[in-house]
Amino acid sequence: MEEFKQLNAKVVAIETTDIDTDQIIPAIFLKTTTKVGLGKNLFSHWRYNEDGSPKEDFIINTPEAEGAEILLAGDNFGCGSSREHAPWALMDYGFKAIVSTSFADIFRNNSLKNGLLPVIVDEETHAQLMSLAMEDPNLHLSIDLESQTLNLPDGRKVEFPIDAFSKTCMLEGIDQLGYLQKQLDKIEAFEADYGNRVDTLTPA
Amino acid sequence: MSKPRTLFEKIWDKHVVMQEGNNPSVLYIDLHLVHEVTSPQAFQGLRDKGLTVRRPDKTIATMDHSIPTTPIGQPITDKIAAAQIRQMERNCQEFGVRLFDMDSENRGIVHVIGPEHGLTQPGMTIVCGDSHTSTHGAFGALAFGIGTSEVEHVMATQTLLQRKPKTMEIRVNGKLKPGVTSKDIILAIIAKNGVAGGTGYVFEYTGEAIRSLSMEERMTICNMSIEGGARAGMIAPDETTFEYIKGKPHAPKGAEWDAAVEYWKSLPTDEGAEYDALVELNADDLTPMITYGTHPGMGMPIAGTVPAPADVPVGERFTLEKALTYMDVEGGKPLLGKEIDVVFLGSCTNSRITDLRAAADLIKGHKVSDSVRFMVVPGSQKVKIQAEKEGLDKIFMEAGADWRTAGCSMCIAMNGDQLAPGEYAISTSNRNFEGRQGKGGRTFLASPLTAVASAITGKVTDVRDMMEG
Repeated sequence: MEEFKQLNAKVVAIETTDIDTDQIIPAIFLKTTTKVGLGKNLFSHWRYNEDGSPKEDFIINTPEAEGAEILLAGDNFGCGSSREHAPWALMDYGFKAIVSTSFADIFRNNSLKNGLLPVIVDEETHAQLMSLAMEDPNLHLSIDLESQTLNLPDGRKVEFPIDAFSKTCMLEGIDQLGYLQKQLDKIEAFEADYGNRVDTLTPA
Repeated sequence: MSKPRTLFEKIWDKHVVMQEGNNPSVLYIDLHLVHEVTSPQAFQGLRDKGLTVRRPDKTIATMDHSIPTTPIGQPITDKIAAAQIRQMERNCQEFGVRLFDMDSENRGIVHVIGPEHGLTQPGMTIVCGDSHTSTHGAFGALAFGIGTSEVEHVMATQTLLQRKPKTMEIRVNGKLKPGVTSKDIILAIIAKNGVAGGTGYVFEYTGEAIRSLSMEERMTICNMSIEGGARAGMIAPDETTFEYIKGKPHAPKGAEWDAAVEYWKSLPTDEGAEYDALVELNADDLTPMITYGTHPGMGMPIAGTVPAPADVPVGERFTLEKALTYMDVEGGKPLLGKEIDVVFLGSCTNSRITDLRAAADLIKGHKVSDSVRFMVVPGSQKVKIQAEKEGLDKIFMEAGADWRTAGCSMCIAMNGDQLAPGEYAISTSNRNFEGRQGKGGRTFLASPLTAVASAITGKVTDVRDMMEG
């Protein structure tokens, strides 16, 4: 996982709320056995016509969206399926942060484990950002993870929440598995007192 | 006297290995269910790091998402899916994980086979790289979906890093009327509470209406907890639960059974324990439900009218307009009588033997409308075998339905079972997202009874009319 400290990047906005992971990456693309190359199918159903040509009116296909690394989206982003292919696809496309009023739990967890930053803002800030993005296709925002702030073009700084553990992992690019592996002696001690409830290997 | 605790808190407390400062808890996992779609990258992660599956005895694998539902033995024509399935076989062999493979009579949808093998038991922590893992909460287990990184964490350590969620009691009072099912209860809950209403919470379903449900009906409810935003949904174990588990292949036996039941009886929420939130509804007020839009929260009583964008709060208008355009349905109008093209009876929500029995009972003596393709996909091979033993397959086929082998099938439409663009389906599955059942396809979620009634008429139909007639 790469470190995430600061980001100053172009914003692309999708106003829709409840964008589910089936929209982010349709199931048909989950037959892959690797994490790479999913970006070309990000938002596939919204992005391409039946013949595979790009839908010109979809924001991601417009020239203005090129190079955007921050996605501004409606409430409850990432609901539905637990597929980690969703953050993989967003990151493979080039997104590094998603700004919304809320995220679905599993999507948020998956994103933090891959270095994709979910930024939660209040409704008023979100509405302001949406109208800024509609007015200015070249809108840039800067994010500072250390101070947990999103800097608006008018100079306003908005704080966003992130738990301290995930923040450290993001800042330092640490895989959370390493933390669990360090606790293996405690896990073994726990198991010693625990007993074995179900044994899947016993033929039954 | 210790502080009264909820069902969730009792299970959580028992499984916390450790918790340092402000860090998340290290939570022990009793059962890890694995399928072919969300595991390959986790196995590869282990390989890259030189790690093993630490507790293969707490891990079980099957194939369900990308597999065909054509008769066993026919070649898999989708080369990419075939490669994923071969990879699964290799991964399980290499890491010593027991796999119910394509030829196995034990194979099926991961959330159907856990309970039917008695692997799912009260008080356990159960995870799977699949959001519908919440299904297993019907047994009074803490069960939730995880991403592939977390699949790797569990494989490597048998633990997960988790923050303690909040609890929400969903109390369903009263008694269901004829023609109204547990599917209608959960669709009504999500319509009321919203698709994000449960974010950050674990649901516990309580109340008279829940208590009177069978285990399979309870599974239907817990299954869709995730559609209400909650990663997990639970129901306290009771005699119904114990009766269902007893005699299942992995169920405890003899003295172990007695000890297990004694422990399970200690799990229900203590009197005086507090939840962080409460949602209440009355089963007497419920009618069959149907969704009209593109997420499971866009649901209504089947005889109701689709909301018009002008009738909803400003913040929801854009999304509702988009949904109605996609679905090509009109706000302010009813759905009853709308012509449909496909009926799908299946998925981890409604594909168990009692679902098939109820559906067969209703379709017996009727024919599927000429304009409808009706696909029946049992949740597991065991369900299929049982249904065939009871002659349900013949009832479905005589009515003109297509009887398939087990799998996720058209619920996720990865395997070629899918809608054509523009087609309308009534599905007993869990998601009506845009393109979920095939690009451009349109899904109305409903109960198996509503699905069958509509298959017969070729139109969105209120099953109660058919039952009275």
